[in-house]
Amino acid sequence: MPRREDIKKVLVIGSGPIIIGQAAEFDYAGTQACRSLKEEGVEVVLVNSNPATIMTDKEIADKVYIEPLTVDCLKEVISKEMPDSVLPTLGGQAALNLAMELEESGFLKEKNVRLIGTTSLTIKKAEDRLEFKNTMEKIHEPIAASTVVNTVEAAVEFAEQINYPVVVRPAYTLGGSGGGIAESKEELIEICTNGLRLSRVGQCLIERCIAGWKEIEYEVMRDGNGTCITVCNMENIDPVGVHTGDSIVVAPSQTLADKEYQMLRTSALNIITELEITGGCNVQYALHPDTFEYCVIEVNPRVSRSSALASKATGYPIAKVAAKIALGYTLDEIPNAITGKTYASFEPALDYVVVKIPRLPFDKFIKASRTLTTQMKATGEVMSICTNFEGALMKALRSLEQHIDSLETGEYNGFSNDEILEQLAVIDDRRIFVIAEAIRRSISYDVIYDITKIDKWFIDKLAILVEMEQQLKTQPLTIELLEEAKRLEFPDKVIGTYTGKSEEEVKELRYSNGITKAFKMVDTCAAEFAASTPYYYGCFGSMNEVEETNAKKKVLVLGSGPIRIGQGIEFDYCSVHSVWALSQNGYETIIVNNNPETVSTDFDIADKLYFEPLTAEDVENIVRLEKPDGAVVQFGGQTAIKLTEALLKMGVTILGTSAENVDAAEDRELFDAILEECCIPRPAGKTVFTTEEALKAANELGYPVLVRPSYVLGGQGMQIAISDADVVEFMKIINRQVQEHPILVDKYLMGKEVEVDAVCDGEDILIPGIMEHVERAGIHSGDSISVYPTQNISEKTIRVIEDYTRKLANSLHVIGLINIQFIVYQEEVYVIEVNPRSSRTVPYISKVTGIPIVDLASKVILGEKIKNLGYTPGLQPKSKYIAIKMPVFSFEKIRGADISLGPEMKSTGECLGIAENFNDALYKAFLGSGVNLPKHKKMILTVKDSDKLDAVEVGRRFKALGYDIFATKSTARVLNDNGVFAIPINKIEQETPTLMDLLLEHQIDLVIDTPSNGVGKSNDGFLIRRMSIETGVTCLTSLDTANALLTSLESRREGQLEVIDIAQVK
Amino acid sequence: MKAFLILEDGTVFSGKSIGATHDVISEIVFNTSMTGYLEVLTDPSYAGQAVVMTYPLIGNYGVCYEDMESLQAWPDGYIVREISRRPSNFRSEDSIETFLKNQNIPGISGVDTRALTKILREKGTMNGMITTNEDYNLEQVLEQMKLYQVTKVVEKVTVKEKRTYLPGELGTEKVTPVKKVAMMDFGSKNNIIRSLLQRGCEVTVYPALTKAEDILEMNPDGIMLTNGPGDPSECVSIIEEIKKLYESDTPIFAICLGHQLMALANGAKTEKMKYGHRGANHPVKDLSTGKVYISSQNHGYVVIDGSIDKNVAETLFINVNDRTVEGLRYLGKNVFTVQFHPEACAGPVDSNFLFDAFMNMMEVVKDA
Repeated sequence: MPRREDIKKVLVIGSGPIIIGQAAEFDYAGTQACRSLKEEGVEVVLVNSNPATIMTDKEIADKVYIEPLTVDCLKEVISKEMPDSVLPTLGGQAALNLAMELEESGFLKEKNVRLIGTTSLTIKKAEDRLEFKNTMEKIHEPIAASTVVNTVEAAVEFAEQINYPVVVRPAYTLGGSGGGIAESKEELIEICTNGLRLSRVGQCLIERCIAGWKEIEYEVMRDGNGTCITVCNMENIDPVGVHTGDSIVVAPSQTLADKEYQMLRTSALNIITELEITGGCNVQYALHPDTFEYCVIEVNPRVSRSSALASKATGYPIAKVAAKIALGYTLDEIPNAITGKTYASFEPALDYVVVKIPRLPFDKFIKASRTLTTQMKATGEVMSICTNFEGALMKALRSLEQHIDSLETGEYNGFSNDEILEQLAVIDDRRIFVIAEAIRRSISYDVIYDITKIDKWFIDKLAILVEMEQQLKTQPLTIELLEEAKRLEFPDKVIGTYTGKSEEEVKELRYSNGITKAFKMVDTCAAEFAASTPYYYGCFGSMNEVEETNAKKKVLVLGSGPIRIGQGIEFDYCSVHSVWALSQNGYETIIVNNNPETVSTDFDIADKLYFEPLTAEDVENIVRLEKPDGAVVQFGGQTAIKLTEALLKMGVTILGTSAENVDAAEDRELFDAILEECCIPRPAGKTVFTTEEALKAANELGYPVLVRPSYVLGGQGMQIAISDADVVEFMKIINRQVQEHPILVDKYLMGKEVEVDAVCDGEDILIPGIMEHVERAGIHSGDSISVYPTQNISEKTIRVIEDYTRKLANSLHVIGLINIQFIVYQEEVYVIEVNPRSSRTVPYISKVTGIPIVDLASKVILGEKIKNLGYTPGLQPKSKYIAIKMPVFSFEKIRGADISLGPEMKSTGECLGIAENFNDALYKAFLGSGVNLPKHKKMILTVKDSDKLDAVEVGRRFKALGYDIFATKSTARVLNDNGVFAIPINKIEQETPTLMDLLLEHQIDLVIDTPSNGVGKSNDGFLIRRMSIETGVTCLTSLDTANALLTSLESRREGQLEVIDIAQVK
Repeated sequence: MKAFLILEDGTVFSGKSIGATHDVISEIVFNTSMTGYLEVLTDPSYAGQAVVMTYPLIGNYGVCYEDMESLQAWPDGYIVREISRRPSNFRSEDSIETFLKNQNIPGISGVDTRALTKILREKGTMNGMITTNEDYNLEQVLEQMKLYQVTKVVEKVTVKEKRTYLPGELGTEKVTPVKKVAMMDFGSKNNIIRSLLQRGCEVTVYPALTKAEDILEMNPDGIMLTNGPGDPSECVSIIEEIKKLYESDTPIFAICLGHQLMALANGAKTEKMKYGHRGANHPVKDLSTGKVYISSQNHGYVVIDGSIDKNVAETLFINVNDRTVEGLRYLGKNVFTVQFHPEACAGPVDSNFLFDAFMNMMEVVKDA
């Protein structure tokens, strides 16, 4: 069927801010699909509240609305743009839900707009519990028996029918709170009683327990003519019970015989056919390990994290094909872009193994529970490709950048065998290392399997790696042994450690014996057809198939690895834009990255894509082959910056700001010298190595002080200390990992924080705009509400900031991007941090000012001058719009994580509010971040002593808005003394009724709890904050944020908000 | 023990010997299925060939004997990247390595199968030798190799005697037979028989060289022509018998080699493909509906498009990738044939409705 001619203008809904479970994969899918639509001459209107995405670029869509993803905003955009169709399958669950609401309200019909890519009926059949159950029953596809109960009695009755164990899931609680597996009636009564209480609607789902079964996924495509294919299947190494997003996953499945493989494939095809999906769909199965019995766990009638993974694992561009199908094409009419010869109506054949490992945020939330459950906790993931499983696993492990490059962490050395057995039963992110340790101690496969239910095939693969460790430790390093160790992807450094050699010696031994990495192509067809798309992975013991290219100058662009808190999608945005700019300037671009969720790892972004770990050794293998003329490190975040030294050693020219100058910005003494030379003040500070030195420094500076390691991401490990005890505690935490660099102790100034991104060409600078933070210093810039242009900074101060930025950029000889954070304290400007590289705010400031700074920076790096690029150097004129970047958190997903904000970054994403005035922009920003206060108009206020007076004003303003205020006794006293009526309530540790009971009545809209600094933080506050998050109540931990929210609530007028096409902003 | 794979073009791959250790010269072909290695090994269509598996990890789920597609393994040799040292699957009874030994099939592991596949793709299917002799004389070996031809393989793989299967056998449900099917066995996979048994057919399997008269004598409701190995144009006498079966007006369904033989019997021509279709991901398009099915395939020869008289047969299916003929319907006859494998094993079962179509055809003819 040819393309439908009646589709001319399509509205694409994005997925909004990055949160756990809904991350960069939707930017990848959305960007690919938008390009695919535009290729067909379709006009694309895009709505997504997330400014850090590539899909919200004017190059990707014709009209771009970075507006809150609400029904009202979408209605406004539809009324303004009048698209003929809406494509909702690219923006995750968020977009599907919105499309359903629009459809069900009759709005789409009224506006004569159709849904393409899916129908509301399909969404309902897949998403509505009961409809899904009925649909599966109709086509005889088994699902795990389940029912919804309102009473414990009903739960027990149902459990007796389906037999124990059963899973209890309270409805509408987040983070899996209150749920669990009940093995007996007693346990069920206990869990269910608690679950019903926690549930806002007093409901629990009781489900047959299929934990321990194999978890298998299929990615399926179907076109309007009914042709169905599977793109890929995947096997979770972690059995059912761990969310697939938190599981280690391998593609294709490894332990399924053809019979099981085809049984589930046929089922997946039956399901997509029955649901009449036109596009892509993900089906998840639980497969009994000892029979052919299976259950359908879930169906996602849209692109998903798994589909992004499947696309990268196979080379099959699911989102692109889904977009074409939505336009009416059939699969056999859509060419396979990889081979150029075959069509989308075939199933990829892999001739390699793919392993995905989740990137979990427990380094950020050190107090959080690491247990993995059916609630996803990972912020991102890495993927690796190799010709064998062991190698793929080893490559993926080091891609995580968690200081682990083998299965031996040493963490379990002191454990007894019994303790290891106990640890095996703990399902968390360390389990794979525990299994390796169990193997080291000759604990049998049977025992390990009985406890973990991880298939023995995988256990054996881990054993092969453990055996190699032992061989390296005990045997002479022969060439054969070295070859085998490299085939299994042991890094030179690890081999060196085991064999008593240096990394250099191992490398020399390899090179002198011709043991080098070969690169193979991902071609969708296992070499059956010649492919032209240069998508490569490396492996040892193979023949290289990368063809030499020398026609143009080559630039290596290093990507940013897995998405983690502090290094998010922004850096992928920067890497991709840099590739495009370099390419425009006639360079051949080579990208190295390991993140399957990103646009940068799409096969048609750079001239060549190497899907490899971002370590010095892995990059060196590529450098030896490609001999690039230069490398760009300033766009890939800390991951790329960290490789600078290694690249120089390999003889690669670093394009842009030199390595010495990058160092100068991080090295306290060098940096202080530069500041002195420029006469720029900074908060007094010292560098220390030991706790004693830290204490001395802190006392000299006077408390409060900031303590942090240098060279880290997102303020990791940064804390505000108010006492000697805090310093001791924080130093202990920081020193858990061996520090190569000194630790910084700085005087803490509580002023206004201001941030600048600028491009410098060595002479001139270009500042697109200055951003001001709503929260005072002390809260990480990534967690602060950021306002452009500044609202409360005097013209004089702005000139000082501009001047300091110029001086710093010049002194550091910046060529490319620089990011500087200032504090304005008592009308004095202090520098707190300088990063001579791209930053988190680059996409935001580019979009709201219309100045493509990555593009400019890339050109400057190649030697162009700002003056010749059409810009007048210096601070650019303010835009007519106010744009506010609002951080978005995923606290509800991480049980036990403290949500209070501080110098360490905790947000996972951001959204934008843009309007002609500050109040509307702020309102949109809160709306986009999901802060939508319900109607009970009851709130809890509990603040630290130093905030008590400020809290009076906050209380007064909420009162004026009609809120009832509950407050802990001391806060209530201050409020009441100052004429703001507040109801005192007991703390959790006091006798009931307490704050906790109040929260569990589910009548509270908002909790404001400002925790005191230092380690003496009250446990009570922690519990209140956790409980509010877990029961779905908005919780703020800074009065600055509370004031901003008040401003937005007070100024809210009735009537529609104006939506702004940001592609028109200049 | 070391082993070597020497190709006709002089390329040598070294690796580790698996299975039997005797030297073997054969035609080297590659298969891209990611699962179903045992089904591939026991598919009689591989007689006379040595198979390269492009998927690098073979033997992961061991050997589940009930998955065998015939009573023995047929390829002359087996070429893989890596053999799993510890298979794991609830049905696994053996390891693939032991299986190869028991079946006396020499193999080689540790081969860069992707590099090998690229050679076969670029230069076409060629002969090769698997040897464990480290002192081989390349020139001599290459001379020997050139002489090798896949020939008389149908005779090798077909049943020696006629045999009748009833529903209830091969793990099917026991029911009263509703149809009698005569099957000419050119190297049938079990699942063709099983697919008919499941639909209530009594299946009588005849040796490939059975005379048409002997088959028609039992007055079958339908005739099944199976898959099989080798060059179809070599099967001159069989083609003569097929002509008679065609003339008998008995409903006929043919798969793979059967499809090619039926075409030859009707004046079409076949040719050897550069490197054939072997795998579980081949898209075939039903020209009457436009719908595409993913099929299991294993063939090195193909019916030349346009070589059959348009008044005799029309194209039913084509391959989406290379547009080759994948199925024919004979006009005015109850005969249809497919190049691919609706019986799957290994591979997708998407096209097994063709067995239902065959059942319908027999039903309609009987009623008429």
